Amino acid sequence: MKYEDIIHRCFRCGYCKFTGDYSDFNCPSYRKFSFETYAPGGRMWLIHAWLNDEIKNSDRFQEILFSCATCANCVEHCVFTFSDDLVNIFIAAKEEMVNKGIIPPEVRDYLKSINISGNPYKEPADERGKWADGTAIQTYDGQDYLLYIGCVGSYDERAKKIARAVGNILIKAGLSIGILGNREQCDGNEVRALGETGLFQHLAEQNIALFKELGVKKIITLDPHSFNSFKKDYPDLGGEFEIYHYTQILAPLIQAKKMPLKEYKARVTFHDPCYLGRHNEEYDAPRKILKAIPAIELIEMDQNRENAFCCGGGGGNFFTDILGGGEDSPSRIRVGQSLDTGARIIAVACPQCAKMLDDAIKVEELEDKLEVLDIAEIVTRALA
Amino acid sequence: MSNVILSLAEIVGENYVSSGEEELYFYARDPGLMPAHKPDWVVVPKTAEEVQKIVRLAKKEKIPLVPMGAGMALTGLIIPLKGGIVVDMKRMNKILEVNEKARYVIVEGGTSHGSLKAYLEKNYPRLRHSIPDSPATATIAANMMIHGQGRLTQQYGFNSDMVTGLEVVLPSGEICKIGSCSISPEWFSKGAPLPDLSGLFLGWFGATGIITKVALRLYPRKKMRDVEIFVTDKEDLVPDIIYELTHTEMAEDIVIFSQPLPLIFKDNHHITIFITGDTDEELEFKRKMLWDALDGFIKSKDGGFMWVQPAMKPILLEMPQRSVSRFADVKKGGGFEYSGPIILVERYPECTRKIVELSSKYDLGYSGMARIIGRGHCMMFGFAFTFNRADPDMMERVRKALHEVSNYALTAGGVFWKPTVDEQRMAIERMDPNTRNLLKMIKKNVDPNGIMNPGNWEVN
Repeated sequence: MKYEDIIHRCFRCGYCKFTGDYSDFNCPSYRKFSFETYAPGGRMWLIHAWLNDEIKNSDRFQEILFSCATCANCVEHCVFTFSDDLVNIFIAAKEEMVNKGIIPPEVRDYLKSINISGNPYKEPADERGKWADGTAIQTYDGQDYLLYIGCVGSYDERAKKIARAVGNILIKAGLSIGILGNREQCDGNEVRALGETGLFQHLAEQNIALFKELGVKKIITLDPHSFNSFKKDYPDLGGEFEIYHYTQILAPLIQAKKMPLKEYKARVTFHDPCYLGRHNEEYDAPRKILKAIPAIELIEMDQNRENAFCCGGGGGNFFTDILGGGEDSPSRIRVGQSLDTGARIIAVACPQCAKMLDDAIKVEELEDKLEVLDIAEIVTRALA
Repeated sequence: MSNVILSLAEIVGENYVSSGEEELYFYARDPGLMPAHKPDWVVVPKTAEEVQKIVRLAKKEKIPLVPMGAGMALTGLIIPLKGGIVVDMKRMNKILEVNEKARYVIVEGGTSHGSLKAYLEKNYPRLRHSIPDSPATATIAANMMIHGQGRLTQQYGFNSDMVTGLEVVLPSGEICKIGSCSISPEWFSKGAPLPDLSGLFLGWFGATGIITKVALRLYPRKKMRDVEIFVTDKEDLVPDIIYELTHTEMAEDIVIFSQPLPLIFKDNHHITIFITGDTDEELEFKRKMLWDALDGFIKSKDGGFMWVQPAMKPILLEMPQRSVSRFADVKKGGGFEYSGPIILVERYPECTRKIVELSSKYDLGYSGMARIIGRGHCMMFGFAFTFNRADPDMMERVRKALHEVSNYALTAGGVFWKPTVDEQRMAIERMDPNTRNLLKMIKKNVDPNGIMNPGNWEVN
């Protein structure tokens, strides 16, 4: 297994599961399951034991590994020199399990759906671009930017609204954008996180070939998960493009007042998406946008930026729901943290976070106290 | 016995009990070198009442119970030597009360040092507690249980000396309050002026009960901290230097480190003196007092204050010092273990020569670290050896070296700190017979079924 020479080096000191100031445990799966085995140190020791044939690949071992949200809190806070590799080590172990064909059924089904349908919803490719119906968003035909939406924004009803908001704002801002529509396919970020490296490579190579065929140079993504994949994984496969998350495009435009915004009076807290924040160190662009909207009061949660608590949707858990359910599920904890700020709106910049937190609000019956809005939706409300 | 898991699930909920191979593997060991032994079940309770029910079940079924915090003692104290139930306390992590004016805090039995530090910094910035340099996950109750030391130990003694009250689930399943809280709503004293019953639990490693609440003293948190390092290459002078420093009563904490690598540290003893103050004047006054106290050593060229590089200061001033954990990976192998006898400061020269000798004999990387306890009343001298978990031979050499340390510590008049079961046995054998009988009588009467962390503090 890749990284086999590192795994035994974990001291299981536990810094990896904390926030930077130690105020709380910040590993989503540890918060949910409470056993040390579900923390990064537990995973390291168990992977080591598994490779040494001291434990078997059981249902529980699979749950332990596949409940990792790949949120990178451990990467941020581990004190050892191999900290950067932690999430990759867990992915490598999952890859071993995938290669041996012993994985949770939810993961198998997700991967099969991607393989067969090109998306996890088992929806036809013809439906992929329908979110843009009724908007002025055109199919990509040499525009300055390709707007890449991703599976969630293309098929999930809640996320489609966010995709429309982003597309409309970019057009209103005067940007030359186009979408792939029915030709778009999965970016593969979660496929990779779940250990199906072969399928990921296949998806990535297809995407890269298509982008090149169309002459794409610059890509704006709706979803931080796509952003991460294009930025960090595609270059190794020959896919060198200029990659932006949509907040990175909007922030300078709004700050320069190129988009006139009216007052939008609201108390807002911002939830950092892991794949925008910890994975790619973009903490400021979403905040710049929020701060530039007149009358918005931005109140930070205690766990913010590098210490943000994951919604629990990363690492494919958005689809497999291994981390969901129960009052200790990460999304419900995160909603509680948001509520503590006194904010009425949880601003997000990721369609997966939006859906996870939306659902948690419903379960917590907090609909009259909290609302989840993507930054693009907030900007839409503030547009003059 | 097959119903045990169902009974435990009824108590804590099915999600918080496991007999899965994964949990049995992990909870069978700690990061140190003691042999693993699997529990039969692992349970993660949320309330004292749940702990109470678990203990009653264990009593009824005669099942061993092993309470666990973060498992960072490294000496195997949470390894279930006779199987049974490991009770992972970390879900019981509430900070229940801070009495600001009386300067104490009450926390649940699984609360970590890290979270208390963060809580005080946010809510009571003028208060602090004696945080150890073990990882931030280390729980307060477990640290008190092992008589841990922390940043304020030089001023106020062992961290367990700072306890002001306990709530304990006895082996009978009864919940018992210890200290002023047994007759008052306030938790300001663990004993005095009553008979001090805390000694029935502190230092016993859970062999007499499970701590579900602990209160401890808080102390003034000054606005500023700084650090000075006095360096000498003459280990024989270290006790005299400590005597002079502690006489000033100006230091927050005094630790000494000596290690062969990196080479800039080789052959020197770094007496690291932490100071605090609310103003520049206070800080400078303390600094001057400390410098003046060592003036003779400076003039005789036996040592001097070194320039602490700006990049080094944050590492030293950090609480807890994460660099302590990093020592585990010096050999790129994720392991270290130390024996840390409590011993007189005058033994420092012998201790430091001993660690060099053992390091050479067994070809091991080492770090000698001493923390002064009280005003030079004694010290913890850590004989720490790093090892590579992928190198069984190196691990065995560390075991042998530590065994020699154990023998040496006893002959040098020291007392084992957080002793392994082997060291406990050695201590019991060496103990005054009447003391040994008292220990036996207490254990037999408090835990007649012998279910509480069996193997620990057993007098046979």
